[in-house]
Amino acid sequence: MPIVTEFEYVKPKDMDEALHVFSLYKENAMALAGGTDLVVRLKENLVRPEVVVDIKALEELAGLSLKGDTLRIGALATFSDLIDSPLIKSRFPLLREAALTVASTGVRNRATIAGNICSAVPSADSAPVLAVYDAEVLVKSIRGGRRISIHDWFAGPKKTVLAVDEIVAAIELKPPAVKHAGCYMKLSRYEGEDLAQGGVAALVLPDNTYRVAVCALGPKPARCPKTEAALNGSKLNAKVLSRAKEIILREISPISDIRSSREYRLHMTQVMLGRALENAAARLSGKGPKYGERNIV
Amino acid sequence: MKKRNIQFDLNNEKISIEVEPSDVLMDVLRGKLGIKSPKAGCDRGDCGACTVIMNGKTVRSCLILAVEAHGSGIMTLEGAGSNKWTKKLQKKFHEKNSFQCGFCAPGVILSATELLEKNPRPAAHEIKEAIAGNLCRCTGYEPIVEAIAEAAGGKTQVTGRK
Repeated sequence: MPIVTEFEYVKPKDMDEALHVFSLYKENAMALAGGTDLVVRLKENLVRPEVVVDIKALEELAGLSLKGDTLRIGALATFSDLIDSPLIKSRFPLLREAALTVASTGVRNRATIAGNICSAVPSADSAPVLAVYDAEVLVKSIRGGRRISIHDWFAGPKKTVLAVDEIVAAIELKPPAVKHAGCYMKLSRYEGEDLAQGGVAALVLPDNTYRVAVCALGPKPARCPKTEAALNGSKLNAKVLSRAKEIILREISPISDIRSSREYRLHMTQVMLGRALENAAARLSGKGPKYGERNIV
Repeated sequence: MKKRNIQFDLNNEKISIEVEPSDVLMDVLRGKLGIKSPKAGCDRGDCGACTVIMNGKTVRSCLILAVEAHGSGIMTLEGAGSNKWTKKLQKKFHEKNSFQCGFCAPGVILSATELLEKNPRPAAHEIKEAIAGNLCRCTGYEPIVEAIAEAAGGKTQVTGRK
């Protein structure tokens, strides 16, 4: 399918030049990193930019790095970069677990995690994990920079709070200082590659505090504070789990669509919540399934 | 829009060609350069039929603007014949009669080549994960997975889940 919209293509060498283009063209400029979403949207004529700004030459957007305890994921880091990184494997295995569920190798080799949250589809697999880590999105424009909490980032389906002259520079996250463990469960129609019918991320801390976030179960990915409150302070047991499973239903609002019915999503959210918490708790005590192994069948 | 001249390495040959900013790499390879192994399947990144190897990694040529290829090295199945893994794979795919219509074959072969370059002794689940983005509608995957396992010197029976 050819792209019918005609646009200019620029590939700035430095940040100032890139920000200048966005400042000039605003909503008519679109950033291109991996392109796995943008090119589809161009083909379907859903976006009609005047200029496509290829940001892949901007060195300050590249790479994964750890500064103190804070992980910086550059806007150009792909899902394959995350999966192949020894740093991510050893220190942020939950992030890797979610990255492994995204599309397929050929897409992950190009698709960036920053692009994933910029596309902001409700089923964004990276979002629940970023949410349980209280990640921040670092954005830049000619006016300066700002940090946006991942909890404030999504404005609705395919919408973010990013201003038209801004671009994402990096995502930063600081894991809890204490030992912790997590689990990301993704429900999909088949094993190979699919968008999530629902996704649940859980993080368990040793003082019996819990963090839970979901995707594809409402208009935007989100934390589930009421579910967390029902769990906090208790060891995981049948009674607590059963209560949490009731409460999470009040925090999600899944729709029926081509991938699944609302009822199926509601039911499976309870199943996934229970398993994600149990897996995370088991991992905290050195047991449980290995990170990245398929945990749902 | 103004045409742009791009240069890249295609199967170890230097290419210089004029493209529109909106030209998609797959269309340029197929339509302008006579490279027909990348197929137009879903045209949105799901089926893997358009797979090429760009700078050592498999990518969807249907999701890349041709201008993005400037300065890169691209290998398609046409140029993969000298790769040691591709050669082994070719032999095993042939022996196992892994493909029927062949539409998915270029993508599967390049995905399997990338896998074996990175991981010469993959487990069955790693093989399945590596080709999860290459849809085959003929053979049910089993002879494909077995051929890749055998090319890697592994066991032949990898059927069943996991």
